[in-house]
Amino acid sequence: MLHLILKRSALAIPSLIGVVIVTFLLTRALPGDPAAYFAGPAASKEAIEQIRVTLGLDQPLLVQFGRYIADLARGDLGNSLSTGLPVATEIRTRLPASAELTLLGLLVSILIAVPLGIFAATNPGSILDHTCRVLTTAGVSLPVFFTGLVLVYIFYYHLGIAPAPLGRLDIYFSPPSRITGFFLIDSLIERDVEVFLASLKQLILPALTLAIFSLAPIARMTRASMLAVLGSEFVRTAKASGLSPGTVIVTYAFRNAMLPVVTTLGMVFSFLLGANVLVEKVFAWPGIGSFAVEALIASDFAPVQGFVLTMAVMYVILNLLIDILYGLIDPRVRIEA
Amino acid sequence: MSEASITPSAPTHGLAAILRHARYVIGENRVTGFAFSLFVLIFLAALIGPYVVPYDPLASNTTAALQAPSAQHLFGTDQLGRDVFSRVIVATRLDFAIAISSVVLVFLMGGLAGVAAGFFGGWTDRIVSRIADTIMAFPLFVLAMGIVAALGNTVENIVLATAIVNFPLYARIARAEANVRREAGFVQAARLSGNSEMRILLGHILPNIMPIMVVQMSLTMGYAILNAAGLSFIGLGVRPPTPEWGIMVAEGAAFMVSGEWWIAFFPGLGLMLAVFCFNLLGDGLRDIIDPQRRT
Repeated sequence: MLHLILKRSALAIPSLIGVVIVTFLLTRALPGDPAAYFAGPAASKEAIEQIRVTLGLDQPLLVQFGRYIADLARGDLGNSLSTGLPVATEIRTRLPASAELTLLGLLVSILIAVPLGIFAATNPGSILDHTCRVLTTAGVSLPVFFTGLVLVYIFYYHLGIAPAPLGRLDIYFSPPSRITGFFLIDSLIERDVEVFLASLKQLILPALTLAIFSLAPIARMTRASMLAVLGSEFVRTAKASGLSPGTVIVTYAFRNAMLPVVTTLGMVFSFLLGANVLVEKVFAWPGIGSFAVEALIASDFAPVQGFVLTMAVMYVILNLLIDILYGLIDPRVRIEA
Repeated sequence: MSEASITPSAPTHGLAAILRHARYVIGENRVTGFAFSLFVLIFLAALIGPYVVPYDPLASNTTAALQAPSAQHLFGTDQLGRDVFSRVIVATRLDFAIAISSVVLVFLMGGLAGVAAGFFGGWTDRIVSRIADTIMAFPLFVLAMGIVAALGNTVENIVLATAIVNFPLYARIARAEANVRREAGFVQAARLSGNSEMRILLGHILPNIMPIMVVQMSLTMGYAILNAAGLSFIGLGVRPPTPEWGIMVAEGAAFMVSGEWWIAFFPGLGLMLAVFCFNLLGDGLRDIIDPQRRT
């Protein structure tokens, strides 16, 4: 098992190198003069030249790349132009907000999509099957920011049961002290039920928005792979041996059907991390996505670059974890390794 | 890859046979028929929309601001008194144009690179696969944001970014399809008759995998529209007051919490219908061209 994990981790290294090179190229090799840009519109030629030297932009590209790597190794992602603060600090403080939202969204989505897909596969042609098909087709067609706004209109404006879409916690509450950075967990650790409920209330709509968005691929894959497994010979044998339908579905079919679903999770995460940016903008969520969007509007490039790099590194690691999880579920992978 | 791609379909299919099959699929699958009519509607809106809308999409009229949908203003008016219906219809052309150009661009980049990778193998294959892998290492929307931010905030760069993030998909499919055909009978025959490799690639392999690429293009149109609208929603690319669905939803977002739902709702609906239409159409087209891959 350890051997498998090490082998998979080694496979992630070229991806990480690729990610670092691309994020570097995104700033340096592209049209436009970063020095003139950093100097501002009113700067003189000499001032621009001086900034070029300070930033090391007069050096060959390879030297600049070396500097970039050295900065990265020290965890330095540069400073934000508009706030003057280091990008790395800002991303570190904002990351838990995004992670809490994304993970809860994924959890809700799996809790709905997997049972739905199983029911649809075990009862083909039923109402649930049709619901599943409509949901999966509609789900991939819905722009995630649109779903979020419609939910806000219905649950906040119309029904008045959801709080205003303004961040992680109502201003009347003070956030729990920072332990994990996840408000739900931190408030539980502090046994502060009120804050827990308040932050859960804020989380429900954005998490639901993300869930609706990522539901489609998971439900579709569960249904398809469950159908394939149910038609296989070992399930027929299990049925013929007189096992109850429940045992056949849960212990025989489900475990095997989950393998392709776990693989789909990689793609789902790619969508989720992107959708997260849009959802954060809709709900004024103080995560790294809205940080990047604010920087984009202000043409502040260092935060955007740091954000793209962080997201890509996280995505590579997530894919690695999914691969390892796959190995845990499927003993065949372990034997091959 | 399915069995369909391993044995290339016989080239004896006449146009009549395809049409008959198409009519059968549309007749049997009403959803595809519905998607096709929706597509015609969207296409018409993009083509003649700007000439038939009741109001000027840019003309503001502050006395008629924030009116709810009525007979006079079908979809209501926005904060500047502009007619939302006219803006939604006129926006079709820009959204459609962005999606089509990015899909054509990614076909030219990814499709051709993939075909060459699958046909030539070796270094071409290694380079193309490496590029595709590197792009796949990013969450796609995030990479698109980064590209637009770096290249500059213009509509052209939105098209380019949308094309780049779809590159791996096209390159991989084209590569796999070209790969199974590189030693096919018709390729060897062409080679024996003295055609150059480049000529075989463009004249024999490419036309053979076109149907599969067309299905792919139709399926990615929806994603391209969503991607572009998402980028303009966060303020990249299209600038106000240009009518475009993503930016109109963004402009209407603030009014959602105060009850003026129509400003963001109708452009969002347009966006959803367009994406829905292309997804269904792509599925239907796949049923026509490649029935074995039906799910």
